[in-house]
Amino acid sequence: MKKLLMGNEAIALGALRAGVSIVTGYPGTPSTEILETIAREAKVSGSRASRAYIEWSVNEKAALELAAGAACSGARVLVTMKQVGLNVASDPLMSLNYLGVSGGMVVAVADDPGPISSQTEQDTRRFGLYAKIPVFDPSTPEEAYLMIADAYNWSERYGRPVILRPTTRVCHSYASVEILPDLPQKPPAGFDKAEGRWVIFPNLSYRSHIKIEEGLVKMGEGFSAYFGNQLIGDKAPAEEGDDPVQAPTLGIATGGVSYAYAMEFLDPLPPQAKLLKVGTFPFPASLALKFLNGLDEVLVVEELDPVIEDELVRLCGINQLKITIRGKRSGDMPNAGENALASVGEKIESFLKRKIWVNISDLDKEELPETTLSASGLSPAFASLSEVPPAALAAAAAAAAVASGPPPPEAPPLPVRPPVLCAGCPHRGSFFAVKEAVRKYAKGRKAVFSGDIGCYTLGNAQPLDMVDTCLCMGAGITMAQGINRAEALKGNSDSLNFAFIGDSTFFHTGIPGIVNAVYNKADIIIVVLDNFTTAMTGNQPHPGMGRNVLGADAEKISIPAVISALGVKAIEKVNPFDIKTADLAVKSLIEKSGVRAIVFEGPCIAVSKSVSPCIVDTAKCTGCQSCIKKLGCPAISIQPVSAGAKLKALIDPVLCTGCGICKEICAFGAIGGAAL
Amino acid sequence: MIFNCLITGVGGQGTVLVSRLIGDAAIAKGLDVRGSETIGMAQRGGSVVSHIRIGENIHSPLIPTGKANIIIAFEPAEAVRVIHFLAPGGRMIVLDRGVMPVSSSLGKTPYKPAEMISYLKAEFSRPKEDQVAQAGDEDRLIIISGDELVKKCGDPKVLNTALLGIALEKKFFPFSAADMLDVLKKRTPAKYLEINMKALGLGRS
Ligand code: SF4
Ligand code: SF4
Repeated sequence: MKKLLMGNEAIALGALRAGVSIVTGYPGTPSTEILETIAREAKVSGSRASRAYIEWSVNEKAALELAAGAACSGARVLVTMKQVGLNVASDPLMSLNYLGVSGGMVVAVADDPGPISSQTEQDTRRFGLYAKIPVFDPSTPEEAYLMIADAYNWSERYGRPVILRPTTRVCHSYASVEILPDLPQKPPAGFDKAEGRWVIFPNLSYRSHIKIEEGLVKMGEGFSAYFGNQLIGDKAPAEEGDDPVQAPTLGIATGGVSYAYAMEFLDPLPPQAKLLKVGTFPFPASLALKFLNGLDEVLVVEELDPVIEDELVRLCGINQLKITIRGKRSGDMPNAGENALASVGEKIESFLKRKIWVNISDLDKEELPETTLSASGLSPAFASLSEVPPAALAAAAAAAAVASGPPPPEAPPLPVRPPVLCAGCPHRGSFFAVKEAVRKYAKGRKAVFSGDIGCYTLGNAQPLDMVDTCLCMGAGITMAQGINRAEALKGNSDSLNFAFIGDSTFFHTGIPGIVNAVYNKADIIIVVLDNFTTAMTGNQPHPGMGRNVLGADAEKISIPAVISALGVKAIEKVNPFDIKTADLAVKSLIEKSGVRAIVFEGPCIAVSKSVSPCIVDTAKCTGCQSCIKKLGCPAISIQPVSAGAKLKALIDPVLCTGCGICKEICAFGAIGGAAL
Repeated sequence: MIFNCLITGVGGQGTVLVSRLIGDAAIAKGLDVRGSETIGMAQRGGSVVSHIRIGENIHSPLIPTGKANIIIAFEPAEAVRVIHFLAPGGRMIVLDRGVMPVSSSLGKTPYKPAEMISYLKAEFSRPKEDQVAQAGDEDRLIIISGDELVKKCGDPKVLNTALLGIALEKKFFPFSAADMLDVLKKRTPAKYLEINMKALGLGRS
């Protein structure tokens, strides 16, 4: 049976099929839906997922460590995170590889080329090579579904954790995936004290390192025959009747979603080219050597780091092959950003030194292999040649457009759409309150606003402009301390240092920074923006909410109580939609010194009910624009009421949640509730 | 035969739901589907695009330039932004209400959605050699009045389903409105089902 699955859903169902019984993670785009899918499946009574243990951990390190305990007790475990989350979890993961596991462990780490929703463009394939941990790199949801089961087998065969690394365009693409029967599930053997192998001492590490290196060599050999790695269009040199002129001399090496992009142009593969798809690391060297055999030039199409490219260059060096490898190192491919379908097509076309599809009729069709792909066992036969390939259509369209009569009309300039805080977002009120209070009550003092990771990073946009720094999860509180120290050294003793942090981020890595501040007598104002959810990643629960991943009741940890327990004396708690009270609360903290905190408590629009939208009384509105210029709410625009009329504020009823902040801003009383 | 559909809009307009409904309807018909969505930071008011590809042996989750059979745009500027994806002879349905970015509201030159609509009209009426004129060609660009649709829907939050209903009624898809209704019933929570079914049915009135 086929099911429409997003890549992340396919990974989740694949893990359940493989018998995973412990699942932990911390939300992070593009990885979040993996764990969410398993939690959703757990609601089906009697399902495998319903018997599994699932949690959103407070951070990636905690998630990995919990799973490590379970994997040392023989359970199959899954840990999910995004690439920057792996930095947080890297400490336990590096050591766990030395300790080993007895149950299979898959760490699903989603990379984000672009980046689309991330701080870095780091490549987890590289991390795997560095940490000496194998990496499975799927190119489609279907492949991810199959690969994760194999990943568990490899993990158990070698007794080490493995990484499954999808990228955004695999995580968030979807496909009809053939659902296969469940694989047998073994109950965990339980923790075996007698083995005495779970304590990492230098002596054990040395012995483990030797085993790890041996394992990597074996794995690389095994991977050459693995379905995730494919050599397409290879012709055995000794084949009977083989015309040496026709043997391929050009190679395309690719992996991940770039393979899917490349195949959009290379199916069917022209006879002068072969293609290597790499879906695992350690690198499948013997398969790659077969690929390199007889080639003059190779184009490497991959995203993020030149990992496949470096491996090929290394192979050529070791084997003294005189082959030009074109990729990021050679400057042929971009070394930052994600690959686009069109740019991959152009690079491949120019590499093959002819318009492969446009001139396809020039080729003798007899020469075109018909079933190279199906012979490889991965993909079905070629699309028929009579179907005109996409590039040809695009080129034909472009040519026709040039040839046709009147010139195309010039497109009007398109508006840019940087992401902004939603209409009705509680953070808007919080940022506004702090901004106004600083303007009014801290005249002449230098104020620096340290931000953190979450929706509230968007407080950097105009007109709020309230984020001066943003580094990584939890770093706002500690960076504020550093900036304050440096200002003091410079002689600025009344520098005002605000650290904004969200509720989920507070629990993730905010707390140690507060301990550091109190212990070392810092002088900062911590601003917790508590919107009762982990909003940016799609509203996951956290320890402050009294609800767990399955929606069941959980112990609710109070943020103000934690801050108070850490020794912070001056703590304010306010409603961000109550601008006047918030103003006075911020004022009182500005006037104090030492570590002080304000907790803004207002729900994210995604977890609250909106009331009726506000409307503008056009008779009262003077068009002064201070509502939009102070708040920047996307529901407000300034437009003429009718063509040619005076400009007035206009509130979009689709977007407005009726939060009422703008009502308080308008000096002319022009904004009111629906009753106005 | 490969059928490519692009859905575009601004984060928060519900494009993801519509693309999933289309994907589910196709798969219910026994067709293979591949596609891609925008999830993450851009969902906070940025440009979002969903690619849906229906048919056999499709490799890329993204639609190649000039290969979209249809484009459904929830916003005029977003329609213009993706027009290069449209295949010769392809069709487009556009909601005429502009979503004003905050940066435009703050700037000196506000964005004028009407300019986008006139550009689209000009672009579609321009004769092109590769497009054999055929009956029904004037239907290739369908502009829907947002204000009227909001009135008809009753609830502006189901504009996305309403637009999908119109596209179905215009026979944009390789499946019928009735097929979609089945999918909608399966996917939509009970409390939203009625209003969504009403919205989906609007195309017929
Ligand atoms: S009440 Fe005002 S500030 Fe709040 S969402 Fe509506 S327009 Fe925006
Ligand atoms: S609604 Fe009030 S603040 Fe906004 S433009 Fe009109 S008068 Fe100015």
